[in-house]
Amino acid sequence: MKYSLLVLSAPDSGSGNLAAVRFAEAVIDGGHQLYRVFFLDRGAATGLASTVLPQDEQNVAGLWSALAKKHGAELILCIASALKQGVLDETEATRYEQAAATMLPGFELGGLGLLVEAMADSDRMLTFGG
Amino acid sequence: MAESHKTRTLLVFRHPPYSSSLSRSGLDTALAAGAFEQPVTLLFLSDGILQLLPQQDSTSLGKRNHGKVLASLPLYDIETLWVDAAALSDCGYAINDLPEAARLADQALIRDMLAQHDHILAF
Repeated sequence: MKYSLLVLSAPDSGSGNLAAVRFAEAVIDGGHQLYRVFFLDRGAATGLASTVLPQDEQNVAGLWSALAKKHGAELILCIASALKQGVLDETEATRYEQAAATMLPGFELGGLGLLVEAMADSDRMLTFGG
Repeated sequence: MAESHKTRTLLVFRHPPYSSSLSRSGLDTALAAGAFEQPVTLLFLSDGILQLLPQQDSTSLGKRNHGKVLASLPLYDIETLWVDAAALSDCGYAINDLPEAARLADQALIRDMLAQHDHILAF
């Protein structure tokens, strides 16, 4: 079964983002295909590299990064949502003359067309947050 | 984009406009789906129906007007805005208060919509 996820909640708010990464891990562990994870709206803050958390709090973004590294999961941040929240890759940091890139490894910026493509091509599409 | 099968996606709006950017992200998703000719149905539940009120003016908030985005949906072949009839009356509005594209959905119809679409995205 081919799964895609839409993540709308920020990693530091509620449990939607953590539930999403746990679900993504379960999809892969269950032998299914994780086609794409699309982070939209506040969800795009997941890819922010400069977040600093208290030591006793779960680093959800780190779990996503590990998922990308270990399994090659495709993690797409909606580019419009990401830019608004200060998540920039090298290209966007240069384009908008910002001091530094701020995107975690394992994530990519992309347009809503990639979400629409995931809708079209996945057997299951789940929303987390919202 | 694969054209082998056209999946039908239900976009559910449950939040009011402007209190967060969530509902705007949902509308942007609808526009993108329309632009890529993916069939989507829009269903407004609970406080989500407040997005449809035609008198909204977001100028002083410095945000784009959702009403204008909604008005542009027919350009993307999205002709109907489904509205939870109970939520509408709970908020003290009637169908005449909403844009022409709005249609009432009762509980049975909402259940059918939830059951009949391939995907449900909730904003």
